[in-house]
Amino acid sequence: MSDSPPAPVSPPASQWSDALLALSLFAIDPAGTGIALRAPAGPVRDRWLAQLRAVLPVGMTPRKMPANIGDEALLGGLDLAATLNTGRKVGQMGFLPASDGGVVIAAMAERLPAGIAAILASVLDEGVCSAARAASDQPQPCRIGLIALDEGIDDECLSPVLLDRLAFHIDLTPLSHHDCPPAGAAQSWAAGLGDVQIEDDVIEALCSTAASLGAGFVRAPLLALNATRAAAALAGRSTATMEDAAIAARLVLAPRATRLPAEPPSDKQEPEPPPPSDDAPPEQHQEADSQTMPPDGAEILLEAAKAAIPQGLLERILLQGDKGPQRSGAGKAGAKRKGGQRGRPVGVRAAAPGRGLRLSLIETLRAAAPWQRIRARDDANPRTKISVRRDDIRVMRVEQRTRTTTIFLVDASGSSALNRLAEAKGAVELLLADCYTRRDQVAVLAFRGREAKILLPPTRSLTRAKRSLSGLPGGGGTPLAAAIDAGFLLAETLRRAGDTPTLVFMTDGRANVSLSGEGGRARAEQDAQQAARRLRAAGHKALFVDISPRPNDQARRLSAEMGALYVALPYASAAAVSSAVTAASKRL
Amino acid sequence: MREPFPFSAIVGQEEMKQALMIAAVDPVVGGVLVFGDRGTGKSTAVRALAALLPPMRSVRGCRYHCDPKAGAGLCTECQAMERQAGGEPLDTVLVPVPVVDLPLGATEDRVVGALDLERALAHGEKAFEPGLLARANRGFLYIDEVNLLEDHLVDLLIDVAASGENVVEREGLSVRHPARFVLVGSGNPEEGELRPQLLDRFGLSVEVTTPQDIASRIDIVRRRDAYDRDPKGFSEKWAAEDRRLLERLEAARALLPAVEAPDSVLEMATRLCMALGTDGLRAELTLLRAARALASLEGETTVSEVHVRRIAPSSLRHRLRRDPLDESGSTARVTRAIGEVFAA
Repeated sequence: MSDSPPAPVSPPASQWSDALLALSLFAIDPAGTGIALRAPAGPVRDRWLAQLRAVLPVGMTPRKMPANIGDEALLGGLDLAATLNTGRKVGQMGFLPASDGGVVIAAMAERLPAGIAAILASVLDEGVCSAARAASDQPQPCRIGLIALDEGIDDECLSPVLLDRLAFHIDLTPLSHHDCPPAGAAQSWAAGLGDVQIEDDVIEALCSTAASLGAGFVRAPLLALNATRAAAALAGRSTATMEDAAIAARLVLAPRATRLPAEPPSDKQEPEPPPPSDDAPPEQHQEADSQTMPPDGAEILLEAAKAAIPQGLLERILLQGDKGPQRSGAGKAGAKRKGGQRGRPVGVRAAAPGRGLRLSLIETLRAAAPWQRIRARDDANPRTKISVRRDDIRVMRVEQRTRTTTIFLVDASGSSALNRLAEAKGAVELLLADCYTRRDQVAVLAFRGREAKILLPPTRSLTRAKRSLSGLPGGGGTPLAAAIDAGFLLAETLRRAGDTPTLVFMTDGRANVSLSGEGGRARAEQDAQQAARRLRAAGHKALFVDISPRPNDQARRLSAEMGALYVALPYASAAAVSSAVTAASKRL
Repeated sequence: MREPFPFSAIVGQEEMKQALMIAAVDPVVGGVLVFGDRGTGKSTAVRALAALLPPMRSVRGCRYHCDPKAGAGLCTECQAMERQAGGEPLDTVLVPVPVVDLPLGATEDRVVGALDLERALAHGEKAFEPGLLARANRGFLYIDEVNLLEDHLVDLLIDVAASGENVVEREGLSVRHPARFVLVGSGNPEEGELRPQLLDRFGLSVEVTTPQDIASRIDIVRRRDAYDRDPKGFSEKWAAEDRRLLERLEAARALLPAVEAPDSVLEMATRLCMALGTDGLRAELTLLRAARALASLEGETTVSEVHVRRIAPSSLRHRLRRDPLDESGSTARVTRAIGEVFAA
């Protein structure tokens, strides 16, 4: 869902009717399904939301939850203002328990902090919530139907923790309001939800369809089951048919697909399946097995789902690249979550301000507030109305201000690949092991042929790094200019996010592909030097590791252009490269 | 509050179930770290196990649900009560084993406890309001996505988990109370690594994966669906099974003090740890304790090599030094070492 395909595979009309169908199913079983709607604010979304109100049972009005809601407002707790006023404990009903049995619309859900998303996820799982503060309060029932409105653009998207728990993923981004005729009157449904029976073959078909699409387990088939039941109820059936299941496959399973069944190309884009070690669940194998003998029902469902799979799927798998097809959003979570914390206050803690820490006045006063009566009584001669002491002082916590990110740019071209690629990979892994104890991040870009590709977005995970590196192929030209530019862009992004990027180039410096993707040494070198100057002008720290068998002037010149520290490492081992980089980065 | 999912109705995930049961038999083993994909029933298993355990006897009115037999381990309030009672046994009550969630966004105040707002505001009294650590005493502290936890909270947890005591010092509010809990952390290694210091605090680690075959997937979906639709009826269906499991647990707890580990097994455990180069004594101690708990779960009074072998991956794999150049995973490395040591 992160990319918006220019031409959706299904015509807008069917997309819109599916969006409305999802609404009807949601209205039948809000707590059992849930919707993630990706659409910008506008007439299309307004029309959809109006339809939501129309299909919900009379008396059930959706409640809107703002993105900046706090724990206490969400879960309930102490009403500080009222308590201060009255001098006795005044409780505050939380937003979630107050919405029990109803529908909650989470506005700007892509901006929800991880903590709030986790609370929502646990409420969706458990159907209960406990108050934010009081240690002894009983959990309160809290069965809600959640609609998450996601206005994200590009990479910004709903937390995978939530996405996983919402049945219908609807993308209305490509639609204009001309595509969306106002819906007719709300349908009423005859059969009660509880009475709908589901035969075993339907359950089996849903499970195996989910498996062949790589739609994730166990929530995808469970939510599909709930949707099937709702579809049967909508049609007035007391026993669910394959038709109902096909609707569920289309609306619930297809958007979660991470692979195209029976279409080998999607498999070829993966690197070799990682060895079934502890850090790589050997899921692929068994999914392939299950695919060989789909039951009849599964075939029907698979067809239904395949027709609805967004066209961008293949690119999506490609983009997420080397982390295997089995989860769609999981690997992104780290990046996303970190993204959400960029330079933003993520909370407060007790500490003295200064040294880059900012005082949080409100939180300081909040911390001081309960003590006022005690202090007023203890203090022999109170001088001020409000007594704030050292212990009360709170500072903003802005996440990871000092975090550094090392960007490796690995030359995987023909000239380097043969002898040095293995060492470079080894060095990255060694450095990563080092970085992860220091809580630093690492990103890896590889360049070969015509372009530079981000192999590993900034991460701290050794597991992912290893996996992405193992699939790195070698060969082709040396598009050095493109590589420097890509590194520059990534470094700029990271710097804006409050990180300190360091670039480490591992190349022989022999550029032979220009920025426009053409061959020819002269042009390529010129482009590379220009790119290098841009890098220096921006003042990014860089280290140039010359990995050619014989150190050469060309590389040295380029290194000087980018203001990098130049290290020549002929015939060095991975360990030597790693220790050189560590030593050099201290000098930077 | 609806019935938790019955422990015995969980399909597969034998290693996770074994680790949790060992932690329940002998909490001293240390916590359990569960790494794996979403939707593999991690939190379900923890909640199910806690619900399975028999209610525990605790001092009536104690905010930390102290064990009346704890003696010096009682909280200060209970000790004061005991002195007052003058030799009379304390009044007790049965409470369910607590499972406390530590949410990712939790503030430090909420975790360790803070000034009791009600009493401070209404009466101008300095009183302590216990936090999540107090609530988790003698039970389970469950941290979902433990690898994403804020650093300062991780430090705090390490400290409390090691000492079994939570200390709060603030402006004359000086409280220390027992906080012994089984730390259960879950997470997805793809989303960030855990700090080695915290890794080491966990006694056992297990890796859960999505079930392998379509048949057990269907089984899981069917059970989950049946449970979602009728939690009470479903729990009743599995009550007999759960009861048998509980009997086994209680028998194991009773048997545990009598379980002996012969010297040959001790030596084996030490050699295994040396072969893997695990630092410190914690690895060997945990391995032995876990093996003992495993033996008691099987009704045996002597730890055998087989027990050590079976529990070694769980007790050791998270303590290995990372070797980025060794492609094989840590489980494979433990298995290899087991092969070498036990063949010799």
